[in-house]
Amino acid sequence: MIDSQTEISIEALRAGDRHEFARLVDTYSGVLHRLALKMLGNEPDAEDVLQNTFLKAFQHIGGFEGRSSLSTWLYRIASNEALMMLRKRRSETTFTDTAAEEDEDRISNPVEFTDWCCLPEEEFLSTESKAALDRAVQHLPETLRIVFVLRDIENLSIHETSQALGLSETAVKTRLLRARLRLREELSSYYGERLTKGAKNE
Amino acid sequence: MSDNDQSTCRALLGFLSDYVDGDLSEELCREIECHAAECEDCRVVVDTLRRTVSLYHVLAAENSEVSGETRERLFKTLNLEDYLKQ
Repeated sequence: MIDSQTEISIEALRAGDRHEFARLVDTYSGVLHRLALKMLGNEPDAEDVLQNTFLKAFQHIGGFEGRSSLSTWLYRIASNEALMMLRKRRSETTFTDTAAEEDEDRISNPVEFTDWCCLPEEEFLSTESKAALDRAVQHLPETLRIVFVLRDIENLSIHETSQALGLSETAVKTRLLRARLRLREELSSYYGERLTKGAKNE
Repeated sequence: MSDNDQSTCRALLGFLSDYVDGDLSEELCREIECHAAECEDCRVVVDTLRRTVSLYHVLAAENSEVSGETRERLFKTLNLEDYLKQ
């Protein structure tokens, strides 16, 4: 791993310094790969998105004006690449685009009211549980998924998420709430079942 | 959500994300807490929503480095092989 302690120099990147590019790749490939994987759900596509993100970044670093941070700018490129890949994949399969038809701002009322917070901690840490968490993210419509991944997985602020996606902060907040509520529904049904199983086994 | 004050449940739903993030005014927090103390369904929604978000935060805190093979392929595609071993 190349030294990642000192800050990446945008001047050096603009001047075409390849060592600095290598440092940029090592600094950000982990988080950008995770974003791509959460969005695409499979390793080969995630890797393609990761490569395209850095290729675009190299091509366009001259146009980076510093209005957002370097990391937000990279998240912006990676988000676009991931969404483009999803759209491409969809056009290759069928026309089941339910996400686009949905009202972006509608918040559905909760329907699951099982309290699963009291499950034993090891239940949440199991491999199976982690797979269920990942699956639930995959089930989100992509417009909600990208907001959720940037905010709750990549830990960007509402402001940074809005910069990365070119959305208003209000739109980010609404989509985040919708994403979280949907995930809560799906996890409630998953962990609700574990709760019933646990009770039967006692 | 109880039938008699469903409109309160619905109105408070819009603030729950900010509430679990700790970004809500004290006044609105108190309103949610007072309502949740009376409405079991909303209490469950608040608690499980908080748990949902925290589970993903825990997952996100885990190692996010790419594998050695992925890094190698990436450096090769980007014509950065010279820097692979550094």
